[in-house]
Amino acid sequence: MKPFLRTAFLIAVMGVLGIVFAAPLLFMFASSFKHDDAIFANLASWSAFVPDAGWSLANYVAIFERSNLPLFLLNSTIIAACVVVGGVLVNSMLAFSLSRMRWRGRRAVLSIVVALMIVPFEVIAIPLLSLVARLPWPGIGEGALTWHIGWFNSLHVQIIPFLANAFCVFLFYQFFRDIPRELDEAARMDGAGPWTLFFRIILPNSRPVIATAAIVLFIAAWNQYLWPIMVVQGEAARPVQPGIQQFFGRSNSWGQIMAYASVVTLPVLAVFLAFQRQFVASVAGSGIKG
Amino acid sequence: MKTLPGRDHPLAIAGFAGPALLLLGLFMLLPLLFAAGATFTDHRLVSPEPTRYVGLENYRRLLALQVVEVEPLRDAAGAALRDEEGIRFPTWRQTRRARPSLAQYRPAWQVGFGERRFVLAATDPLFYRSLINTFLFALLVLPLQCGVALGLALLVNQRIAGRVFFRTVYFAPVVTSMVVASIVWSFMLNTDRGMINELLRAVTGDPNVGPDWLGEPRYALPAIAIMSAWQGAGFQMLVFLAGLQSISPELYEAATLMGANAWQRFVHVTLPGLRNTIVFVVVSTLLLAFGLFTQVDVMTQGGPLDSTTTVVYHAVRTGFRQQDIGYGSTIAMVFFAIVLLVAVLQRVLVARGENA
Repeated sequence: MKPFLRTAFLIAVMGVLGIVFAAPLLFMFASSFKHDDAIFANLASWSAFVPDAGWSLANYVAIFERSNLPLFLLNSTIIAACVVVGGVLVNSMLAFSLSRMRWRGRRAVLSIVVALMIVPFEVIAIPLLSLVARLPWPGIGEGALTWHIGWFNSLHVQIIPFLANAFCVFLFYQFFRDIPRELDEAARMDGAGPWTLFFRIILPNSRPVIATAAIVLFIAAWNQYLWPIMVVQGEAARPVQPGIQQFFGRSNSWGQIMAYASVVTLPVLAVFLAFQRQFVASVAGSGIKG
Repeated sequence: MKTLPGRDHPLAIAGFAGPALLLLGLFMLLPLLFAAGATFTDHRLVSPEPTRYVGLENYRRLLALQVVEVEPLRDAAGAALRDEEGIRFPTWRQTRRARPSLAQYRPAWQVGFGERRFVLAATDPLFYRSLINTFLFALLVLPLQCGVALGLALLVNQRIAGRVFFRTVYFAPVVTSMVVASIVWSFMLNTDRGMINELLRAVTGDPNVGPDWLGEPRYALPAIAIMSAWQGAGFQMLVFLAGLQSISPELYEAATLMGANAWQRFVHVTLPGLRNTIVFVVVSTLLLAFGLFTQVDVMTQGGPLDSTTTVVYHAVRTGFRQQDIGYGSTIAMVFFAIVLLVAVLQRVLVARGENA
């Protein structure tokens, strides 16, 4: 009887904590289907966490009509997709050269990459702002190539600085290091160069670490807030996080704010639920290092 | 040119390592070097004036600090004047007039012991306020978040039904962006109609209970700390979980055979086994806490009465909103020095753990 009681107690504790952790998000989803008056009707009871009888999609319709949410969603999708694809590529290539090619200065570069992992983005945000203000970007004007100075109010200013990621390089490096060397040697005996080896053998055998890096990059890119509020003033290149912050400041309809928050949150929640296992592995991997 | 096994063409090496190294150099190392250089100048984002070298002026303006003892106002007999709020002290303006060396200084913080009052005066009092707030926030969030995370990890590490489901639930706030979390919590923390105060009123039966969470200086930072712990604990939980699963089950069996109860097993097997994990979790939580920005920007904008202004918030406000890159970089560099100190501390702790 005792183990049964213990299990029951543990499940009860997990359940109570589960409610604490789920409540704000359940409340957000439930409120997004409610009329503003209904949201405030029963805040201290369980009905705050479920849609009421008069539930509707009116809030969702309103936010898509009243704001530039579709544009912001598109911007965030483009930014996240480019950061994920480009980031996986450049970081894994650097890790490949660090773990499987021989060159002078390799160890020094690896130490620098590891050291860069502790630099918080907040430290470089302000100097980076001053830097991108001075960088040129090509454009086509009157049929000729022109250069204009400054990367502000664009998508590339939100993509290019975030492609290289020291943590991702390190993730790939750890994984590649453990792939048996015999694989390389066999491939090289058959005359494969490094490009063939990398794209035909190493990458196809690295699905777990690719998924992990992709998730890390996706979440970071989708949730980016500080940088876009610094470099994007107009709405054309604005992503979703500053978008919802601005909507929060302007709107007085809580139902619509919650609908907006739900739309912004759903893509990441979906990615998380779909790739749970890799997620757990990635966090576990980040914690186990000396 | 033919490449031998293990020998690669320099062009191939450059092709693989080049792109990421170029990007890391351009967007991480260069800004770091640039920031270090900009701290010695009055560089502005957009300015008609050329940038000037100002030496250590930015550091002086940021860090200059004086501790001033302020005497109470006295009557003719020399006794301290009092009013309904206690002993009366001269205003800062009066104090400053009496001491010309305080001309540029404003009070950042003060403590009183009876008739003695000490004022911490600085040329940038907001920096010291934000430094104190940042450490205060770390002090609040660190035990809360790490403690909750360890508890959650111990729970979901038990062999009981539903543990994967609950692990998912606890982790869900982590993937929710800080902006969304801040907005939802702003609503829940609302004074009159917020869920938390409604619950407090329902539980206590007192319709007048419930603080103005984000509107009162003494509650705002703790409220943000609770919300931040809610958002981040799931991440630390997974790190702890990985640490727990790396402890050999044989150790637990041996401890049980020796007659250790659950608490003794926790203290003598689990905690020592988690040593490096704990160091990592504490340090990463500390670094995240030092970077506090988004919650403040969305929920309080540094208020009320600067009680939630943090170092990063102050840096962004001066560096970006006032476009004072030189001074903003100086704050960023001082912030980086603190981060480096924590990182060195981690190295020392881990090294000591391995030698023990």
